[in-house]
Amino acid sequence: MSTNQSTITTATESARNSVATAYSKSRSILEGERLAQFGVIVLAVFIFAGLFAPFIVPHDPGKINHGEDGDVLRLAEPTAEHPFGTTHLGRDVMSQVMMGAQVSLIVGLTAAAIATVVGTSVALVAGYYGGKIDNILMRLVDIAYGLPFLPFVIALVFIFGSSLYNIILVISLLMWRSSARVIRSEVLTQKERPYVQSARAAGASDFRIMFRHILPNVLPLVVLYLTFGVAWAVIYEASIAFLGFGDPDMYSWGTILYEAYINGAIRYAWWWVIPPGVSIMLFVMSVFFIGRSLEKVTNPDLRHN
Amino acid sequence: MRKFIVRRVAYLILTYWAFITILFLIFRVTPGDPTTLYIPEGMSQAERQATLERYGLTDPLYVQYVDYLRMLLSGDLGTSYRYNAPVWDVLTTKFWNTIFLMAGAMTIAYTFGIAFGAYIGWLRGTAKEKYGMVLALIARSSPEFWIGIVLLSIFVFQLGWFPWGGIREIGAEAPASFFDRYVNWGFVYHLVLPVLTGAIYYMAQPILLMRSSMISVLNTDYIEIKKAEGLSNYTILYKHAARNSILPMVTVVALVAGLSVGGSLVIETVFSWPGMGREMVESVHHNDYPMAQGAFFLMGSVVIFMNFIADIAYAFLDPRVRYE
Repeated sequence: MSTNQSTITTATESARNSVATAYSKSRSILEGERLAQFGVIVLAVFIFAGLFAPFIVPHDPGKINHGEDGDVLRLAEPTAEHPFGTTHLGRDVMSQVMMGAQVSLIVGLTAAAIATVVGTSVALVAGYYGGKIDNILMRLVDIAYGLPFLPFVIALVFIFGSSLYNIILVISLLMWRSSARVIRSEVLTQKERPYVQSARAAGASDFRIMFRHILPNVLPLVVLYLTFGVAWAVIYEASIAFLGFGDPDMYSWGTILYEAYINGAIRYAWWWVIPPGVSIMLFVMSVFFIGRSLEKVTNPDLRHN
Repeated sequence: MRKFIVRRVAYLILTYWAFITILFLIFRVTPGDPTTLYIPEGMSQAERQATLERYGLTDPLYVQYVDYLRMLLSGDLGTSYRYNAPVWDVLTTKFWNTIFLMAGAMTIAYTFGIAFGAYIGWLRGTAKEKYGMVLALIARSSPEFWIGIVLLSIFVFQLGWFPWGGIREIGAEAPASFFDRYVNWGFVYHLVLPVLTGAIYYMAQPILLMRSSMISVLNTDYIEIKKAEGLSNYTILYKHAARNSILPMVTVVALVAGLSVGGSLVIETVFSWPGMGREMVESVHHNDYPMAQGAFFLMGSVVIFMNFIADIAYAFLDPRVRYE
């Protein structure tokens, strides 16, 4: 009994240690990565803008601005007062873009978190129990993969209403499928390891084995999917908004581009088009750069030497 | 192998049935009255009742479901409100417009992506590789509509090289025959920018995958032997290393080709391309429910079919899968 107990403790400790080494390893790998550093800095700027946007925006994003002669400032070119110019209704583009960081952060983080938690739980249960349960859960994943992403999301957002909450929910409703499939195959290999058998011999419950013993060992992969999930969720939210199904009460980068596009701003108001577009690109890019470096932690083949 | 295919076909049928049922549920069992989606505004109560009965919406749900299945099986997708024509007739041309667009984009993305990915995998550790990677990641970080907008403003509004959108000259009549419609320079001319948009967006994945696949192949002994044999770098790269790295790509092509059908919504909207994706978006905006459902049905069918192809191709290429 006592030997069993100690094996378990060692197993759990080794799992904890593996998290610790993965952490220090990822730190040392990240230190050599210029791109990841760039990503962290850009992301920090967006997080700052997202957190404090309502307090630091130069103008109310919905306010119709007037010039000195009292006329509405329609499609004004960038000036010191309006660094990114104004829209066709005289609204300040820079303030809207700063508010947009908020939407991307909320959607990216929440949708990715929900999708990864659901995907990982499905993966743990399917991989650990195997057999019928695995088969049923994997057929569910197949079905989720059979639904075309954007059409499905748009149909649902249209039916349930375009609120930020619905957009997040609908994106996560499909996004869990990729993490579920990939993490499951990793769970399958972990399941056969001795530490799982000794935990079982010591009478650990299935739940405990899955979440206390196996989970820490697949954690690097989970974090990787979480990271890429943030990037995909931001792209999906922007696409939904660009197609005109964004939350009408929020200034999402996709919504700004949608308005600019339908008003023909691509032709004559570059300042209305470039800031939101470049923001999406930079945001997603910085997340990908960080993700690529994390990937090197999980896949040694990718490291240079 | 036969057993494997039989099982996969069974899964295919299951997935397809689930898809069709989800489609039914999405458009029928919505919170609130489904007639709000169905009926144009300004209709009297009696007219509304008549319309409901005409479309069978007063029947119990399971009767509607059975009718719906029967209609789908006989290839009937209902009647569009906006066009006042059978959905199937409207969608046939649009279906092919989308398929040509996405097939073009996929072909370019995967031909160049694989070649380029193999090349930068070969250059591992050099500055060139790093720039190649950054370019691929930038392409991957840009949503399709953003790539489209950038191409539009450069090549249409600045340089004036290409038309701003559409599929043929404004006002031009659509040729009647399938062949005349797609085999002419006007069509290709309009196709360039939308295809390029898709190609740039979808190119990132083959580049990244091919690169990592190359890197693991290059670590194997037989590449060392080929080098020792004195073969040129070019021969080793494209004749030996790339060939062995290409296997995993085959399944990815099929999977992504299916997924790309969903992406057509965005590209077609930017370039006013009269395809299934744009039709779906417009139908949803205009409450043309049978049309939206029909477009969704066709797109989902393509996705499921391509997933199936990917599964089978994978099993052909990698025999271990068959004995899972």
